[in-house]
Amino acid sequence: MTVSATAIKSNSTLAITNNGAALKLDDIPELSIEQFGQAILTNVAFGQRVSALFALSGKNASETDLYVVLADDEDNELSVGRVVLQGDEYPSLTPRCPQVHMFEREIAEQYGLKPVGHPWFKPVRWHRSFIKRDIWNPDGAEDILPATGDFYTVEGEQVHEVAVGPVHAGIIEPGHFRFQCHGEEVFHLEIALGYQHRGIEKALIGGPGARTLHYAENIAGDTAIGHASTYCQNIETLADARVSPRAMAIRGIALELERLANHVGDLGALALDIGFLPTSSYCGRIRGDFLNMSAVICGNRFGRGLVCPGGVRHDIEQSRVDDLLKRFKAAEKDVDVAINLLWEAQTVMARFEHTGTVSTKTAAELGLVGPAARAAGLIRDVRQDHASGIYCFKHIPVSTCQTGDVFARAYVRWLEIQQSLKFVIEQVRALPGGKISVSCGSLAPESIVISLNEAWRGEVCHVALTDKNGQFTRYKVVDPSFHNWTGLAMALRNQQISDFPICNKSFNLSYCGNDL
Amino acid sequence: MITSIIHVLLLLLMPPLLMGIINKTKAWFGGRVGASFLQPYYDIIKLMRKGMVYSTTTTWIFRIGPIVTLVALLIAGLLVPMGPFSAPVTFTGDLILFAYLFGLSRFFTTAAALDTGSAFEGMGSAREVTFACFSEPALFFVFLVLIKISGAFSLTPMLHGPMEGFSVAIAAPVVLIAIGLFIIMLAESCRIPVDDPNTHLELTMIHEVMVLDHSGPLFGVISYTAAVKLFILSTVLLHILMPFQLQSDWINWLLQIFGVMGIAVLVGVVESVMARLQMQHVPYLLVSALLFCAFGFILLVR
Repeated sequence: MTVSATAIKSNSTLAITNNGAALKLDDIPELSIEQFGQAILTNVAFGQRVSALFALSGKNASETDLYVVLADDEDNELSVGRVVLQGDEYPSLTPRCPQVHMFEREIAEQYGLKPVGHPWFKPVRWHRSFIKRDIWNPDGAEDILPATGDFYTVEGEQVHEVAVGPVHAGIIEPGHFRFQCHGEEVFHLEIALGYQHRGIEKALIGGPGARTLHYAENIAGDTAIGHASTYCQNIETLADARVSPRAMAIRGIALELERLANHVGDLGALALDIGFLPTSSYCGRIRGDFLNMSAVICGNRFGRGLVCPGGVRHDIEQSRVDDLLKRFKAAEKDVDVAINLLWEAQTVMARFEHTGTVSTKTAAELGLVGPAARAAGLIRDVRQDHASGIYCFKHIPVSTCQTGDVFARAYVRWLEIQQSLKFVIEQVRALPGGKISVSCGSLAPESIVISLNEAWRGEVCHVALTDKNGQFTRYKVVDPSFHNWTGLAMALRNQQISDFPICNKSFNLSYCGNDL
Repeated sequence: MITSIIHVLLLLLMPPLLMGIINKTKAWFGGRVGASFLQPYYDIIKLMRKGMVYSTTTTWIFRIGPIVTLVALLIAGLLVPMGPFSAPVTFTGDLILFAYLFGLSRFFTTAAALDTGSAFEGMGSAREVTFACFSEPALFFVFLVLIKISGAFSLTPMLHGPMEGFSVAIAAPVVLIAIGLFIIMLAESCRIPVDDPNTHLELTMIHEVMVLDHSGPLFGVISYTAAVKLFILSTVLLHILMPFQLQSDWINWLLQIFGVMGIAVLVGVVESVMARLQMQHVPYLLVSALLFCAFGFILLVR
């Protein structure tokens, strides 16, 4: 299998690159739409993933360029394909490659390109098109309201529909969930988002500017480090700036602290949802401890303002190294006690096991990323597969589970908490010397760069394309939630509707990361 | 007369304190200071001073639901004796009235919920009445055991039965119905492991989801009713757990007060150490309560 995969790739019409490496736009061969589709289908069949699929305005007004970024986790490569579309439609790949279904809907909404044959063709975020051509609002006169239009319905005796949101009883982001139920059993769940759409991708076109970094930090507020580092990596590559090892290490520490805070918070929230008090009370506090460690480094609990193009803004001097080490040690002890209570309590395990299962096959077909994918047995971690920055020098073992249920997603988080703690302690002890930042010059013109990072929710993918002045003609952001929301919908099939909250919490996806 | 006045005062004033004790116990287990014991009183007073919002789809049923529920439970509370004292209202067959006052309160809670026409509230009502199908028969088995022990058909002599005629022969049945009744009490007052009164997740709620649309004073009445229900069931349970009395009347009243508070602590401990059951496993728990009570009865009549 490996031989044939390599053989196909050598004939492949896609340009090969790596995480954080720039390509000249001219070096990407232009394909026909048939070749483009075939390249995606073939590579996905050989185990690659679609990391991004997006459109941008072509050279002429009538043209639209389509780009695809495929991630080959086995050979640690990324491949880029390009097609120039003349009309306003193309054959949909979704029926043969389900993981592109959201991307095709997104392209249709942003650039008015219709994927012919898409089985569930709706807007993603309910906004106006980036260009004049608009599929759902051709005249552009009407106001657009989110989550309107038809939902998938099931009919029959005793089948009923439950609609949840966008206003929820808890303090969470807005999203609309439509359940088709038979008694307490869920047949189908459809998720409609878009309430948090802020127009980030459109605002980034023509950048980078003074605000761009702040946009990146705010793509998803709980993934500030993840998105900001990915953005900075793109800028550094385009500006040919070499980040110092010290800055890389500090970024790594910040990214792992973000992971620790969120994973601990998630396990606490899972415990709270099933009414298991001890873990939920302790984890709420310990999450705060981890957030405070980020604040020790940069003054902000969510790591904002730490990462900047060229390095980081705040150094960790010896006195704070000692402070952090003390805090790590204390947190390590606390977290061990609080979280192990979960696995020891039978009432908890009865709720977690066999709940919200996503099979390995489904996870692979949907292209899930992050803990949700690893919990279903997929060995998929950007820190290993497409290492960049500090992760080139220090490898973190990939934590996986096999069962794909709520327990697996919780347990993968616990394994990652332990690995991350080990990592941060090691890194803080052995911080390399040197400056913390270098200056970034102007960006390379007419290039494309792809950066990936394993944020706590999974793969963050940013693709930057520049024009002849080195400004963004397009800046594509793919938050891990964009891949994973469909996974949550599938996890609910044939589950109890009362188990939705713990399934939802076990994924803990971002609404604003999806809505951009 | 004095007895009746103390009975009514305790019935009206003490219930919210039980909620405060449960929350304090849970806070203690979670390593928190927790809210004051009196917080439930403050909450109810706060709600009473608020305005109310009615959905335009609701009718008078929605408005009288909480009131009827509260009145039905308060009347039921008058039938249950406290300590060695007689209940203010007692007559032959009052246990049937007691059981159906609970049924009436449930009927009006679910009717008010269905009145809103919301999918959530319908779901909550379906769950509530389904689980009641299991807990009601169990309650009747508790009564059957008590009738058998005391030979009376009224709650006051029945609940005093284990105390007056205590012997080794009735020990096992009394222990069994105490376990069964404790589970029924957790289910009826919507506590973990059956329901989680503190959750904000609509889809997992049973009782809370039925009262989502009630606001202000009506919601205050509902919170108060929940506490009253817990108080009444704790009082019944206390008779079975503590089948003895002391010489002084005042000590017996204190015994009643502290006993009920002790049960609240027990409920708090249960909530602190275990997770909620999966919704489809709740009937298993309730059936086990039914079996405990039924075995108690079988042991007595064999």
